[in-house]
Amino acid sequence: MSVAHYYETMEYGPAPEADGEARAWLKRHDATFGHFIAGKYAAPASGRHLTTIEPATGKALAKIAQGAAADVEAAVGAARSAQSPWAKLGGHGRARHLYALARMLQRHARLFAVLEAIDNGKPIRETRDLDVPLAARHFLYHAGWAQLQEREFADHVPVGVVGQIIPWNFPLLMLAWKIAPALAAGNTVVLKPAEFTSLTALLFAELAVEAGLPPGVLNVVTGDGATGALLVENPGVDKIAFTGSTEVGRSIRQSTAGSGKSLTLELGGKSPFIVFDDADIDGAVEGVVDAIWFNQGQVCCAGSRLLLQEGIAETFRKRLIRRMETLRVGPPLDKAIDMGAVVAPVQLERIKALVETGVKEGAEKYQASGAIPAEGCFYPPTLLWNVHPSSTVAIEEIFGPVLVAMTFRTPDEAVMLANNTRYGLAASVWSETIGLALDIAPKLQAGVVWVNATNLFDASVGFGGYRESGFGREGGREGLTEYLKPKAWSGRKARAKLPPFPAAPTDGAGFGTPSIDRTAKLFVGGKQVRPDGNYSRAVLSPKGKHLGEVGEGNRKDIRNAVAAARSAEGWARATAHNRAQILYYLAENLSARGDEFARRIGDMTGVSSAKARAEVEASIERLFSYGAWADKYEGTIHAPPLRGVALAMHEPIGVVGVACPDEAPLLGFISLVAPLIAMGNRVVAVPSERHPLAATDFYQVLETSDVPAGVVNIVTGERDALVKVLAEHDDVDALWVFGSQEASTAAEQLSVGNLKRTLVDHGLALDWYDRAASEGPILLRHAVQVKNIWIPYGD
Amino acid sequence: MAQGVLISNPSAVPVQPHARDHNHPHAIARNSGRALEMDWVDEIRINLSAAERRVASLPGRRTVKKDAQAAWLLKAITCIDLTTLNGDDTTERVKRLCAKARSPLRSDLLEALGFAGRGLHTGAICVYHRFVATAVEALDGSDIPVAAVSTGFPAGLIPHDLKLKEIEASVRDGAQEIDIVITREHVLTGDWRALYAEVRDFRAACGDAHLKTILATGDLKTLRNVAKASMVCMMAGADFIKTSTGKEGVNATLPVTLAMLRMIRVYEERTGFKIGFKPAGGISTAKDVLNYQFLMKEELGRDWLEPELFRVGASSLLADIERQLEHHVTGRYSAFNRHPVG
Repeated sequence: MSVAHYYETMEYGPAPEADGEARAWLKRHDATFGHFIAGKYAAPASGRHLTTIEPATGKALAKIAQGAAADVEAAVGAARSAQSPWAKLGGHGRARHLYALARMLQRHARLFAVLEAIDNGKPIRETRDLDVPLAARHFLYHAGWAQLQEREFADHVPVGVVGQIIPWNFPLLMLAWKIAPALAAGNTVVLKPAEFTSLTALLFAELAVEAGLPPGVLNVVTGDGATGALLVENPGVDKIAFTGSTEVGRSIRQSTAGSGKSLTLELGGKSPFIVFDDADIDGAVEGVVDAIWFNQGQVCCAGSRLLLQEGIAETFRKRLIRRMETLRVGPPLDKAIDMGAVVAPVQLERIKALVETGVKEGAEKYQASGAIPAEGCFYPPTLLWNVHPSSTVAIEEIFGPVLVAMTFRTPDEAVMLANNTRYGLAASVWSETIGLALDIAPKLQAGVVWVNATNLFDASVGFGGYRESGFGREGGREGLTEYLKPKAWSGRKARAKLPPFPAAPTDGAGFGTPSIDRTAKLFVGGKQVRPDGNYSRAVLSPKGKHLGEVGEGNRKDIRNAVAAARSAEGWARATAHNRAQILYYLAENLSARGDEFARRIGDMTGVSSAKARAEVEASIERLFSYGAWADKYEGTIHAPPLRGVALAMHEPIGVVGVACPDEAPLLGFISLVAPLIAMGNRVVAVPSERHPLAATDFYQVLETSDVPAGVVNIVTGERDALVKVLAEHDDVDALWVFGSQEASTAAEQLSVGNLKRTLVDHGLALDWYDRAASEGPILLRHAVQVKNIWIPYGD
Repeated sequence: MAQGVLISNPSAVPVQPHARDHNHPHAIARNSGRALEMDWVDEIRINLSAAERRVASLPGRRTVKKDAQAAWLLKAITCIDLTTLNGDDTTERVKRLCAKARSPLRSDLLEALGFAGRGLHTGAICVYHRFVATAVEALDGSDIPVAAVSTGFPAGLIPHDLKLKEIEASVRDGAQEIDIVITREHVLTGDWRALYAEVRDFRAACGDAHLKTILATGDLKTLRNVAKASMVCMMAGADFIKTSTGKEGVNATLPVTLAMLRMIRVYEERTGFKIGFKPAGGISTAKDVLNYQFLMKEELGRDWLEPELFRVGASSLLADIERQLEHHVTGRYSAFNRHPVG
């Protein structure tokens, strides 16, 4: 090609980034790598390696170690030995290390960028301009949290040894998202990168040691899914943090159930990209490019479902197709491309198959006509038009450069369609009308909402999903909290076993005038209802005296209670002031009947009347506390580096199942239900199995305190059996279990259907009178999910 | 000031306007203008942050290297409206600039790039009315058109009838392109009908000369204003829309360019007419102009890389391009004094 040729055609021509340094690094290692354990490379115990390929050419790139049990054990051991000195180093000492890691990334920015592009197939533009700078920003930001930790998180301690499993789509950035908060908080890490893309993690570990990170603080074990499973199951690991597919996330939830390991999951998505008829159409078209043709669409939060208001759909389609024509697909190291290679042949095949299915099901397919390289894993930008919510491609995450489009008529319908998915990771809303955009954002079931923007990320702004997109947040204060545990919970002891159920009394009551029979029903949808099975169970005093009967709730009662709670959605939209008033009113009405409740507690549990009275008073005070918190546990305004704000809003999780403990039958019940309803959740509570009458007596307090129907539902019966029903119910969004270890395990195990958030006590008893352990943010944090709404502005 | 003084012809030599020789493969049909359609104005939405994001990411998405870069810079030369618009301009100064317009690049460099004998020249010479005739004479036989800034440039606050007379005088003197300034007040008060009427009159006064409407985007402030003014000017018959006089506080920027290019695209979709674009002011490096070229190609297409549809108003840009091209040829970094000035 000559100057004259380009002068006539005005083509771009090749613009390759040099890869000499990255290739030289591979060569120094003979393109064969061990694990990185305790500050140095270690050959795999099994002697086995996996070959990682270069997606753009299909050629072998390097051999990485296949981690076996012994490797994982060694890495966890190294992390364990390092954890205590690392924590003892203190916030400032760790801040210095994290700062050094940020500087290290900046110092070697181009090497990381090039290696990442070669290994993953994504364009050098993205690794150079996004992945590496955002990773460095993450370390710098978390150096700050380490510095402030002793002051800002004085009542927390690190979790311990953290196992982290990261995906192949943002290998270095996900490494940063995982290890920066973990290390900042005083944990040590065993990281398992994806087998397709382990190289930048190894380079990072190597350079981190050069930058002074003590051995064992960060360990990298490479390998496939089997290695990841070994890490998940390793008993020496205190927490697992995983980013990847919903399917694998489910199996991790299952295999860690009952182990006491804490868990955060950042999973898949099918995120909506909503364009209203008053949007900047061309701006939104560019937004689509950033949403679905970023990183070849291999982005968990990719805006992959385009929802267009009918009136502009045709205009949008035309402009989008025109825009697709100017997208360039090419070698990742070319500096003049928009899209590189898909990560692996298996992924390419999956994309092709799903697109074929979409077309078979009636979609019109548009693909950019620009050339794509013949060799390697390339797939063109693709639009599937005329897709319906019932189409496979509208439901399944494709994880490729494929956008599906459908239309809506009204804002309500846009919200309905947007939320018509099992996922809830992200959403993008385009409208130039501030009232509309800010009305829609809170209505979307998604952890991140971008207004007139898409795929914005920052270390200061939490990222994470609702629903089956996982739980936990990365970034911001809430992200750091995931790597800490409350001091107040660390001294908990296994709950004392209850004395055996006393034998039912056999003697009659004699000839005195009997008290009027009082059989407590269930409380569902604001009404006292008979249990579906129409059986009841006796409630006895510790000495075996018959105190009354309660309904024997079953599956269908739970179903009805969940339905009632679901339809009480208005509670989530009630003002915080209104919720606060009702909580105070509950306290007022409970107080009016304090003596009666105290007697009941005494009768059921056998405690002294002074103690029973104290439990009532503590319950009243607790209701007051949550009346107070209702309008004060507020979100945050983040200041990410852009002209605009990100609003971290506390939103209710939705319908929450609550299993209450046997100790403190009233206070335990109030302590769990009150924070949930204060934040706008609706509750299906299963009271203490042994002492349910304090909760059933509470119906009348609920009825007289203006609590809307369905906000609190109470189902009595065999607690652990009802917990299982709640755990398996896919319309229950979260489940709190305070009781037995078995119930905790079952709750975690069975929650995988819809990946509900769980808060369980593993049979460790809380002191309900200890405010630090059982009241306020320690529980409120679990009663909300944080939605971050990004609002860039300017005119 | 007397009307006669303002429009008097400083040159004693009578000049004839000569037809442009379009040797570009695509002949561009001239915008006839159309009735003012207020819906086309009212519907305009433009989001600043989204526009900024687009232009911020573009330099990372597009680049040209080696031969391709040299070719793009040569093309840029053909799109430069080599400009002098200063109070101290003189006839001789203008002649010197015209000479540079005829031979913008050292002949050894042209030779090395394989462009000897092609008659590569800048897009136009851009001067005040007073020097139109001088420039026309100096450029005789070169195919380089003379553009005159007009209508009370740069503020545009002289009486409307004088604006029309100024246009007519420049056309009489041989200007083939008239760079008018709009009355910013019409935009700032949302009086789109007044803006339309004004530009319509300018277009009529131009006759065969091409009308380039300067929006003075630095005065209009918002992208919405810029986009709406662009659309109104095109409906009123503009052949080019141009960002700036070079005298506002803020001159051409990439976000403003994006807003204007999108309007050009919509106008073409609706009317079939291709309108040209001219950023002016502040584009002084080869790297700057490449970013504008990328935006033209990406947003509008190949046709908008040719001088028929793309001009850059600049005075110091050429010198930087010359240095870059010398570097391309020799592999050594160059210096300004190695290239003849204009």
